[in-house]
Amino acid sequence: MSAPILWILLPFIAGILILFLLREDTAPIAGGAVAVVLALTALAVPIDVALLLGPFSLKISSSIQFFGRSFILNTADGPLLAVIYGLAALWFFGTQASTTKNRFVSIGLMIVALLTASIAVEPFLFAALLLEMAAMLVIPLLVLPYQKPGRGVVRFLIYQTLAMPFILFSGWMLAGVEASPGDLGTTTQAGTMLGLGFAFLLGVFPLYNWIPMLMEEASPYATGFLLWALPTFTVIFALGFLDRYTWLHTSPQLSNVIMYAGVFMVASAGIFAALQRHLGRIMGYAAIAETGLFVLAMSLKSAEIVNVTFLLLIPRGLELAVWALALSIIKRKVYSLRFSEVQGLARSYPVAVAALIFAHLSMAGFPLLAGFPARMALWQELAAQSLTVSFWAFVGLFGLLIAAIRSLAVFVMAEEDKSWEFNESWIQAAMLGLGVIGLFILGIFPQVVQLFLSNLPALFDHLGQ
Amino acid sequence: MASDIVSWIAVSLILATSTAMLVNRDWRVSLGALAVQYMAAFWLVTRHMPFVMGSAKLITGWMVVAALGMTRLGLSDIEEENEETFWPRGQWFRVILIAIVALVAAGSTPRIETAIPGLGLPVIAGSLILIGAGLIHLGVTSDLLRVILGLLTLLTGFEILYAAVESSILVAGLLAIINLGLGLVGSYLLIAGHYPPEPEEEETT
Repeated sequence: MSAPILWILLPFIAGILILFLLREDTAPIAGGAVAVVLALTALAVPIDVALLLGPFSLKISSSIQFFGRSFILNTADGPLLAVIYGLAALWFFGTQASTTKNRFVSIGLMIVALLTASIAVEPFLFAALLLEMAAMLVIPLLVLPYQKPGRGVVRFLIYQTLAMPFILFSGWMLAGVEASPGDLGTTTQAGTMLGLGFAFLLGVFPLYNWIPMLMEEASPYATGFLLWALPTFTVIFALGFLDRYTWLHTSPQLSNVIMYAGVFMVASAGIFAALQRHLGRIMGYAAIAETGLFVLAMSLKSAEIVNVTFLLLIPRGLELAVWALALSIIKRKVYSLRFSEVQGLARSYPVAVAALIFAHLSMAGFPLLAGFPARMALWQELAAQSLTVSFWAFVGLFGLLIAAIRSLAVFVMAEEDKSWEFNESWIQAAMLGLGVIGLFILGIFPQVVQLFLSNLPALFDHLGQ
Repeated sequence: MASDIVSWIAVSLILATSTAMLVNRDWRVSLGALAVQYMAAFWLVTRHMPFVMGSAKLITGWMVVAALGMTRLGLSDIEEENEETFWPRGQWFRVILIAIVALVAAGSTPRIETAIPGLGLPVIAGSLILIGAGLIHLGVTSDLLRVILGLLTLLTGFEILYAAVESSILVAGLLAIINLGLGLVGSYLLIAGHYPPEPEEEETT
């Protein structure tokens, strides 16, 4: 057995089988169980190490050859796989509570498998192709068969498709730069190509306009999954570039470009979020701001770059899952997620509203919640580099905080004689409750993620060493 | 020498089909032009790739055309061509746009050949025209079928150039899957919204 078969092929096949063999109501349990088993295996069984189980010897080899190229998952990938499949399990189990069906679990498993393949493929720049395939697989989740596709989904498809040629070409040009590092023209061209590729992939300002559109027109749960999965793997892919081509990271000009792109994302998304009157769009802008924080983390010139980036990655999955689940529950009740429609909903959906506000506050970096330790760590490192950038990052997060307070004000704006009701089902309340507890645990005891974080710098040869 | 002449004929075909796709409003003409475009691209790809890998790209392209064509055939013509909000929208404007692309391609082809020797002038010219035409397509339309055609055109241009620098089977296979995927996603998006929801599905948005 090899690791790529276990963590790429197996979930992909499981996704196909779930799609064709299981009913929509049993799929979340099956998909979630597969993801949990894969996460636990990644945590318990080291890759490429022989284990003696009584008379038997078990070894998961790290690589597999496919059409002349390798897919490699090393020992250092174990914690990362555990985090990815653990968070994926959370999304799949939440499917039933969110009542999002339409093949979410089966396609979701296939997407996670493809994205895992993107971190395993060698040469690593071929990951751009796998990211594009995953992006195309997301489309049936975003557009239901009876729903007219909106502008957001079309723009999403265009931007993701445009990213791939830029990245593949830049990878080829970067090899040329390595051969003749003094050629400033080629270096600039390669840097620009790479920058454009990642700008399309990550949705750097102003290329993120599809995210709020999508949050308005598609299912919040499916869009939330997309906003978790694609940026997470794109960030890992980008870190791979920074690690492979060290001059990208050490060049002060490129580092500054990355930093300003990141802070522009955080500040603009925060300010726009504060001005919105639609809960879905607010979530979209919060996700953009968080992606901006990733970009900011990648511009750090310290050895903490990997730790800070992954510290941001882990809570993001939980925050978005809780937020998207709460929004899905609310959306079933109201026609649209506009403020005028959800006014006073805190009294009829108290658990969903509370979970939504906690997830929102966590993304704004509110103390005691999951997002706080990561933002503190980032701020600390950022302040040493530029106080101006730290200030604008604060402005962005403050904008998110204002959006959270506005949402809360709208939710509690009920008529005085309206009584309190619990309209969430027990499974919805349990999932949201567990999610909120998780947000507090990650916020109060951030050292729990150390179990995963401690080995992650080993994924890279130069970064974080 | 003969292959060079055929290559330049392929470039001319690419320019003609790109113009036809951009200017003509009939989806049948556009898809026919795309099919011919794949044939020209096949010839240019085989300048640097084995014949078998090039033909895989051709077959994939034709499969995409077939998928899109069959989907579009099943839809009513009432919804054909939602009038673009883009302005100006005249045919001559589009012709001028494609002429600009051709001029830019003609100007930059020798420079790229100097920077990356060995690619071949027709390969670079054909690829740049397709990339430019694809970008123009994406810029001037919001019609779903035309957006997909624009993306496919752009990808074809990229593939011609990339085939010259990377001949891995895995990349060729993944690019073929992406092309096919774009065709299928396009077909799915075209038919989405044309069928009433099942009672169970209605509750699950």
